[in-house]
Amino acid sequence: MSEEELLQHLSVCVEKGKADRATPTPPELKDQDGAKEITGQLIGMDVAPDKILNDALIPGMKRIGDLYGQGKAFVPHLLLAARAMNESVTLLKPYFESGAVERKGTFIIGTVQGDLHDIGKNLVKAIVEGSGWEVIDLGTDVTADGFINAIGEHPDAAIGLSALITTTMVNMEKIVSSIREKYPDKKILIGGAPVTQEYCDKIGADFFSLYPQEAAEYLNSLKS
Amino acid sequence: MSERRIKGLLKEKGVLVSDGAWGTFIHEKGLRSDECPESWNLERPDDIYEVALSYVNAGADMILTNSFGGSPFKLKPYGLEDKTYLINKAAAEISRKAAADKVIVLGSVGPTGKILMMGEVTEEELFNGFSEQIRGLADGGADAILIETMSDPQEATTAIRAAKSVTDKEVICTFTFNLTPAGEYRTMMGTSPAETVEMLISEGADAIGANCGNGAAGMIEIVSEIRKINSDIPVLVHANAGMPELVDGKSVFPETPGEMSSQVGQLIAAGTNMVGGCCGTTPEHIRQIASAVRAKK
Repeated sequence: MSEEELLQHLSVCVEKGKADRATPTPPELKDQDGAKEITGQLIGMDVAPDKILNDALIPGMKRIGDLYGQGKAFVPHLLLAARAMNESVTLLKPYFESGAVERKGTFIIGTVQGDLHDIGKNLVKAIVEGSGWEVIDLGTDVTADGFINAIGEHPDAAIGLSALITTTMVNMEKIVSSIREKYPDKKILIGGAPVTQEYCDKIGADFFSLYPQEAAEYLNSLKS
Repeated sequence: MSERRIKGLLKEKGVLVSDGAWGTFIHEKGLRSDECPESWNLERPDDIYEVALSYVNAGADMILTNSFGGSPFKLKPYGLEDKTYLINKAAAEISRKAAADKVIVLGSVGPTGKILMMGEVTEEELFNGFSEQIRGLADGGADAILIETMSDPQEATTAIRAAKSVTDKEVICTFTFNLTPAGEYRTMMGTSPAETVEMLISEGADAIGANCGNGAAGMIEIVSEIRKINSDIPVLVHANAGMPELVDGKSVFPETPGEMSSQVGQLIAAGTNMVGGCCGTTPEHIRQIASAVRAKK
């Protein structure tokens, strides 16, 4: 396959969640190379790592993220796509670390204090990472100090807060105001089942969406 | 005490009234957001008893137990997984005491939050965890097991198998569906109401249905979809009091008891056999739903 064909094929593997040759799904790609093998081939052909990121991983994740936003793909599809993307990202890691590939920015994400749910957070993490960002995942039950300390380590990062429960969603307000006290201009995104645009406006967060892909697009818009 | 069976009671009464929200109620009694709701079964049983009793007094034919997050997977972050059996047994004992002999106790089993397909947990671990929880509920006096708010078919069927392995009590399994931007009802894992029907029945579920995620209006459509596939299996619906709205910085479920109970006729006409509430519903919602159900007869 040519470089172009391999990149195209890799983007399909990411979209369809074909992590490696052994991954049994989707059926039409059974016993074929997956994201891991194709990324290895591309690196072996000296294809620029940022080309692999921009021309294969990002479009693949965007397609599945868009389908999710349209109600045509669901949580398992996103998780499988994220797993496939991670196979590639692992191989590209040395290039990220050496600075040979520049990512769009850093995004710090966590589920807020009192809340232990992580599925929604993980979906957003996958889509934002798949959009070319470095993602720092603070996990669940994260306090205001947890976010503030992470900002200290990554001063240019944007922040994402997640909550599933109406009773923990209220902790978003405290965390947003604590962050704002120290970093007034920090971009803060919020999301989760009970969250609404109205709540986002009320607590002074910058962005809300029901769909992870829109969060990635908002973050990208900050950089353009 | 004679055995209380849902199917028998359904024959006798036609439509049964279930209970309303527990979580919001317990928070109002002072549960902190970083506290494990199920820990109150051991530490503040009187408060839990009051919730259970309020639904008995509202006229429910069946009440739940405070054990939605009582699987060892959910108890673990609080360091309580070793008390899984005790916490669930206590949950059932509290509801049993409130229900006395006249009301059915449904032992509540919620999802674990672990995703099987991503290898976060094995099917065997899930099976063992659910078995332990359900053994506690059965020993504490639950009449039936309600596996609820499910979205992953594999997790739901594993829970049903676990229930059937430790008890011969009836098992109900309900899923949570959301209306997608494409205009269809699906769980977050992509399963449609119709797809759950044969899967749950073949696994041995005695009743199926839907809870959370929708107000009564959405539930009417979901039940209609289920009834296209099967006209016999008893169907339980626990609808939210509408979808949450923000009022003065607090999220509020907008449907009043009157608004909800006015839709009971349509829910029953669509094929619902057991009607109760989920998030945002109160004893007053259940009182008015009970009046509406009894007025149908």
